[in-house]
Amino acid sequence: MSTPARKLELGRVGESVRRVDAVPKVTGEFAYSSDLFAAGMLFGHTVRSPHAAAKVKGIDISEARGMPGVHAVLTHRDVPGEKRYGLEFADQPVLAMKEVRYFGEPVALVAAEHPEQARRAAAAVRVDYVPQTPLADAENAPEAVREITIRHGDPDASGEITVSGVYELGIQDQAFLGPESGLAVPDGKGGIDIYVATQWLHVDRDQVAPCLNLRPEEVRIHLAGVGGAFGGREDLSMQIHGAMLALKTNRPVKMVYNREESFAGHVHRHPAKIWAEHRANRDGKLVNVRMRIVLDGGAYASSSTAVCSNAASFACGPYAVPNALIESRVAFTNNPPCGAMRGFGAVQTCFAAEAQMDKLAAALELDPIELRLRNALAPGDSLPTGQRIEGSLPVAEVIRRCAALLEPEAEELPRDPIRLPGGAGNTTRGDGIRRGVGFALGFKNICYSEGFDDYCAARVRLFADAGGELVAEVHSAAAEVGQGVVNIIGQVARTELPEIADVVIAPHTTAGVGSAGSSSASRQTWMTAGAVRAACLAVRDELESRGGTLPPGEEIDIERVYRHRQTSPLDPETGQITSGPAHVAFACAAMKVVVEVDVELGLTRVVWIGTAQDVGKAMNPQAVAGQIEGGTAQGLGLALMEEIQTKDGLITNASFTDYLIPTTLDMPPVVSDLVEEPEPDAPYGAKGVGEAPTVVSTAAIVSALRDATGRELNRVPVRPDEIVGL
Amino acid sequence: MRIELTVNGEPKEAEVWEGESLLFALREHMGLPGSKNACEQGECGSCSILLDGSLVCACLVLAAQADGHEVVTVEGLGSGGALHPVQEAFAATGAVQCGFCTPGLIVATVDLLQRSPDPSEDEIREALSGNLCRCTGYAKIFDAVRMAAAGS
Repeated sequence: MSTPARKLELGRVGESVRRVDAVPKVTGEFAYSSDLFAAGMLFGHTVRSPHAAAKVKGIDISEARGMPGVHAVLTHRDVPGEKRYGLEFADQPVLAMKEVRYFGEPVALVAAEHPEQARRAAAAVRVDYVPQTPLADAENAPEAVREITIRHGDPDASGEITVSGVYELGIQDQAFLGPESGLAVPDGKGGIDIYVATQWLHVDRDQVAPCLNLRPEEVRIHLAGVGGAFGGREDLSMQIHGAMLALKTNRPVKMVYNREESFAGHVHRHPAKIWAEHRANRDGKLVNVRMRIVLDGGAYASSSTAVCSNAASFACGPYAVPNALIESRVAFTNNPPCGAMRGFGAVQTCFAAEAQMDKLAAALELDPIELRLRNALAPGDSLPTGQRIEGSLPVAEVIRRCAALLEPEAEELPRDPIRLPGGAGNTTRGDGIRRGVGFALGFKNICYSEGFDDYCAARVRLFADAGGELVAEVHSAAAEVGQGVVNIIGQVARTELPEIADVVIAPHTTAGVGSAGSSSASRQTWMTAGAVRAACLAVRDELESRGGTLPPGEEIDIERVYRHRQTSPLDPETGQITSGPAHVAFACAAMKVVVEVDVELGLTRVVWIGTAQDVGKAMNPQAVAGQIEGGTAQGLGLALMEEIQTKDGLITNASFTDYLIPTTLDMPPVVSDLVEEPEPDAPYGAKGVGEAPTVVSTAAIVSALRDATGRELNRVPVRPDEIVGL
Repeated sequence: MRIELTVNGEPKEAEVWEGESLLFALREHMGLPGSKNACEQGECGSCSILLDGSLVCACLVLAAQADGHEVVTVEGLGSGGALHPVQEAFAATGAVQCGFCTPGLIVATVDLLQRSPDPSEDEIREALSGNLCRCTGYAKIFDAVRMAAAGS
């Protein structure tokens, strides 16, 4: 099942290098987690709760067990070890026991010879539910995953001007295209190999092994091809379930969710309601920011505690704010569980904070860009948590560089309907079109925060091939989820080992190298570059000490662990930093957007986007541009169309027919200006680039819609009926 | 039931259940998982193939309906170990990130360029609007189509 090691094309740090995996991906040979095959494999299926809240009185599997092709039907009684797992707290049942707490919660498992037999048997599992009234209102939910209050300066300080607003964001789905899937293969000795699409191999293993009652080394997690992640693969999906079925039947078991199941199969972006009040003086300087943030965490904790802290930490935006009162709370409800999604808490508060900045600019009769420049945070300033900005954070520079990008002139009418708001669906000649220009600024942290021991291992094995040429084989457990970390690994190795003819990248697995940490939090490029560089330098030193050559049969094999500077938790009472910084580093982005709104039909067209982003150092400029364009598209989706709809906790639009994501007709050209101011602590000065565009784009697009319509538009996604009838 | 069809120029046979889609049959019975299973309801285009030369979603065609017909998948585009120009353009322009949408987009682009060798920007956008991509924001996919068109 293992992927062959891949040879890298020429390319060093800072060059636009073709993806190592581009050829297998364009030919169809690349093996995604849903493509896997093993001789004799069975297909697994999950029985899921149709209720958002119910007591489970009993589960009758007798009929299902006797159906054609069925090899196993399992319930919570069959979980070999710990009955619960979780990223931060082990609070989520492997399979429901006495209750179900959200729509789609796993209740039982089936393995059969054909997926249709598994589906039919799953439908024959009789679960005796006693439905309860679901808790669906986060605002009034009694129990919190976490609450944090940041008190900074004088939280009651008043200014000459006050603006306030209430903002809401719907539930966004990662909507990665590759469904949750994987293959579990028993090793015949009681252990298991799991080939799966995930964001962090080792943390999967550390959650899976206790539930299977196995030692960590008996569970080997191997990265299968990942069809997108965006935070939605941080939590487990089929890993334990597939392994239970495989160990029970002693057969390989493949599980592939369909799209409807996928909507229930992973956590989402937290929906939020935010009350904001900004106080400023007539000179445009912010005096005080007060914000109350309620995030709906859904039924289980996932990574909600960190999302809660991030929402609070970045609530004010990248502005110098002398006084602040920020209250952030993640509530437990019976809504779909929420956790990590690209932007991770900063998206929600950026939408509110930037709307407030536009409102303040209007109240002060100041240019919105000028207002932002007057308040721009700079190194040496402090965040509301008391953390001083060290290193690089060129806020004013990204504002200026973005403002300097020239938007196109308005296109003339009449024109091809495909260039009208709503595209070919627009039945007018464009008579109702209004144009608007918006601007926003966003920032967030890079790497894990608040004292988490964030480290990354890499191993380099140097040997002479048959022809006597030296080959460096790099081992890393970093999850390639589409972002291109495979190229980073190779680029760093080529840069640090310039004399080595061949650099090859070994398969990503928990067997053979230590943890790389997660491909999330804009951290993997920084961390993996640090670890691979350290291992390469150690190998280079060792090679030199052996006279610069290796005889055939000899090898150098060195693993190194990289850590970024240590962080500390925020004080639970005051939200202030404790023994050190809470965050490692920051990245910011500014975005200018042109929209056209057809105010007669309620249709929108985003015409053009220009952005300047603080990237530290562009390790692979083509890949950086790709991250910016793709991250922007996801923010556009949240601004205009993407929302998981629920009714009493039940998801009502679990398909790509009803949950819309941006298409080729929705995305405008994106002009990116990369601001390269190296981060002093980061390897090569590089900052993660994937999240900033998603943080800022929703706010920037809605800013443009407000400019076009004059309406407040305090909720995303903006609906057609909110922009008609002007 | 047993079906016989031509896939990528080669005769193929498979024993399928009547309810199976052509996509499932290609992926699970014929060892051709290049066509992808992102939505399996005709919304995302990841399973785009050519059926008797027409662009279709393999998830919306029953395997049984393909009996006696001719199918081309992403695996059948290159020749003699060389990439098809559209495949080469996707690889060169950075149009591939996670790559799950890529096979469907490549087949849809091949179809577009057969019909319209030098498509306008609007034509490209319209032709590919049935293929979802969640990673790239499409800009580099448009670059790839233009590059392939310029080379063809």
